[in-house]
Amino acid sequence: MKKFILIIFILSVSFVHAQETLSGTILYKLNEDDYPLEGASIYWLNTNKGTITNFSGDFIIEKTDESDLLVISYIGFLSDTLKVKSSPIIHFLKSDENNSLDEIIVQKKRKTIQKSYLTAQNIMKVSSEELLKAACCNLSESFETNPTIDVNFSDALTGTKQIKMLGLESPYMMISEENIPMIRGASQAYGLTFIPGTWIESIQITKGAGSIVNGFESISGQINTELKKPFSDLPLFINLFGSQMGRLEANTHINKKVFDRISMGVYMHVNSNNERMDQNQDSFLDSPLSNQINVMNRWQYTNPEIGLVSFFTWRYMQDQKQMGTLDFDPLKHRGSNTFWGSEIKTNRLDLSFKAGYVFPDLPYQSFGFQTAFSTHDQDSYYGLRIYDIYHESIYNNLLFNSIIGNTMNKFKVGVNFSYDRYVEKVDNINYNRIDKSIGTFFEYTYNNNSDISFSGGLRFDKHNQMGSFITPRIHFRYNPLENFVLRISSGSGRKIANIFAENQRMFGTNRIINLLQNGSGVYGLDPELAWNYGLSILRSFRFLGGDFELVADYYITNFKNQILIDWEESNKISFYNLEGKSSSKSLQLGLDFSYREFLTLSAAYKNYIIKSNYNSGYLSKPLQPRNIIFFNTGLESTMNNGSQWKWDLTINFIGDQRLVKTIRDPENLSSPKYNLLNSQITRVFSSKFEIYLGGENIGNYKQLNPIISSENPFSPNFDSSQIYAPIFGRMIYTGLRLKL
Amino acid sequence: MIMKKLLLLMTFILFISFSKSDFISSTEDNSDQVQKTERTSFAVKGNCKMCKKRIEKAALSLKGVKMATWDIPSNMIDIIYDDKKLELKEIHNKIASVGHDTDKAKASEDVYDELPMCCQYRTGSIH
Repeated sequence: MKKFILIIFILSVSFVHAQETLSGTILYKLNEDDYPLEGASIYWLNTNKGTITNFSGDFIIEKTDESDLLVISYIGFLSDTLKVKSSPIIHFLKSDENNSLDEIIVQKKRKTIQKSYLTAQNIMKVSSEELLKAACCNLSESFETNPTIDVNFSDALTGTKQIKMLGLESPYMMISEENIPMIRGASQAYGLTFIPGTWIESIQITKGAGSIVNGFESISGQINTELKKPFSDLPLFINLFGSQMGRLEANTHINKKVFDRISMGVYMHVNSNNERMDQNQDSFLDSPLSNQINVMNRWQYTNPEIGLVSFFTWRYMQDQKQMGTLDFDPLKHRGSNTFWGSEIKTNRLDLSFKAGYVFPDLPYQSFGFQTAFSTHDQDSYYGLRIYDIYHESIYNNLLFNSIIGNTMNKFKVGVNFSYDRYVEKVDNINYNRIDKSIGTFFEYTYNNNSDISFSGGLRFDKHNQMGSFITPRIHFRYNPLENFVLRISSGSGRKIANIFAENQRMFGTNRIINLLQNGSGVYGLDPELAWNYGLSILRSFRFLGGDFELVADYYITNFKNQILIDWEESNKISFYNLEGKSSSKSLQLGLDFSYREFLTLSAAYKNYIIKSNYNSGYLSKPLQPRNIIFFNTGLESTMNNGSQWKWDLTINFIGDQRLVKTIRDPENLSSPKYNLLNSQITRVFSSKFEIYLGGENIGNYKQLNPIISSENPFSPNFDSSQIYAPIFGRMIYTGLRLKL
Repeated sequence: MIMKKLLLLMTFILFISFSKSDFISSTEDNSDQVQKTERTSFAVKGNCKMCKKRIEKAALSLKGVKMATWDIPSNMIDIIYDDKKLELKEIHNKIASVGHDTDKAKASEDVYDELPMCCQYRTGSIH
């Protein structure tokens, strides 16, 4: 049926029984004729005051002080929100062009960061629209507008950004891509930069223990990214980006329906940086010379009639970086001590297949199967040091979802199997190992659909290096009021510390590796084991015509065992099993405010107390700010014929950080406090074309002397790992997006 | 050993959960109709999110009702239930007993009057 449907509104305000009411009619247009729409819901935005239209499409609704935005929704139609002015009589008559409606229709938008009110776990969903606020460029930079995750530089050479949750680095999180564990093992240091930002559809961030379904490795939280799907992504998307620092990027997505139920997408990403920059004149490149080619091809099969969805994805990535002194030429100077230089070359291949089957008559019951294979091959040298790693990984997961009795009692049960082979060369020592594990899990969720939900998961794993063990996770949610949520969570997690892969910044130093083998597992060390406990409250309310959301959470991570990375002695880096206490306590207080559809404000205060028993004493973690204040604001103009302005500003006030003793920093020194300011403005010309201009570190704050002993890089004191602030200053960028 | 016992326990839980689910019971039946469950939908009067909670909770409180999803705009409820455990009429009656009219059962005035303002669907749409 060829139909063009429009909802028309005839609104009038009348005064009945002294109580102000509003009445109107909802009609729709079908083949040039108007029909009344019966049963459409009419309600005031963010209230539960509402009504439905009768058989002739008429409605009458009481006015309220709580809202002047009227939402009209009906299944099969896009919901609309109208701003209703309080002037006596408004009579909107529909003309053939919908221009007269333009000024009164306010699209009901989803928030770009949604906090969940209904799940037991503390999950936050970040949409692709939020990701656009930081136009650049890959997953590691996608968190800059989000207070839950801290982003900082990992070292003074590679320009790589490191993320932390609850003050703990990414190895303590489970980072998955469409629920397949992704950033782990060899890809731990640079893997986030291998996922282009434009490929990401959404990100789910779980703070705290999280679900046991995908494994036992998560300790501080989980990040899952969903990639764009060929079936729903745009046929053609082009994004170009350039920065004043010489960074160039291009992204192209092409999606096509190949057969009736099969769609195919080709996603390409290239980036390069060929500009030799040395603003701080330490003779070292401020950011690496780099090239990356990243290609992904996805096939999607969707058959709603039999309830089957399936994806096959392959992708190949090649990345090269060159760091070091300006004059370094790899062909001439590699292996000599004339000029210090470094190169990292990575090739990565990923193959994955997944299938989901939903029982057609039982929408709550489904099967899921995933299988993934990857190889990650990194060859690198840093001056005279060598680090090579090859990591081959297989992951399989079979999952069954159903209910016990009714949909208030859901469960997930399944098995997973993983295999990882590592071949490492560290300076002149080879480390080879194979990790194999098989696990089974069961997770039960109770949700009474109003004020209580509970989720408890248990998994049992058998691992060739870690033995057999149980991993429990519990989450509890209580909503005494509709706009008040209390959550409690607890659970354990464990992992093998890939000490070299996770701490590659140590190779950009001349520190001697001191491996105190005081354990019995991999590298002579025991597996890491921690318990995480969390408490969080969320309260939303309306005040002065705006929506407020207050968040407070407190998480404690207690390590039963941890592999400590000890930088305290100069010229040395030591790894050893924890003896004594180690814990991370993190507090976050946040307030979000949104006014109508055009203004958002978000402020957060974060406090971290992370202390461990190092060999030299019970010390707080170096290079970790104890206090961070985060502030973000966004403004959006009203849509006018599809064109719009968007502006966004993020400020981070970073507190002081403890510095370890080096020849640059005397004992007991802390870094200065500083602030970072990022901003971006986007001009949307139409739904098809937009351009953006932005700046990072607009305040131009730089760390002086980021590289210790840069004038003498072959001396034992050379160290590029002690970084507390940006190396390069203000960076201006611009780009465009074309969607066809 | 403890680990062995726990492994057995996990297997047991796995087995129980499979047997509790419709998947196993339906294959046991071996009938040509895969499910012994019935799926149906009918109209239930109501307005808002509070109504939704009340209606769904009422339906799910009946033993044998596996799924109940009420859609606000269309006022239709989607139900999956086990027809050996209860009759469809019981679901209509249960929903009406918490104040919501269905196409086969009408809520009593007393219960209806107790509903909060936003759920007063009978007076909602006159003109």
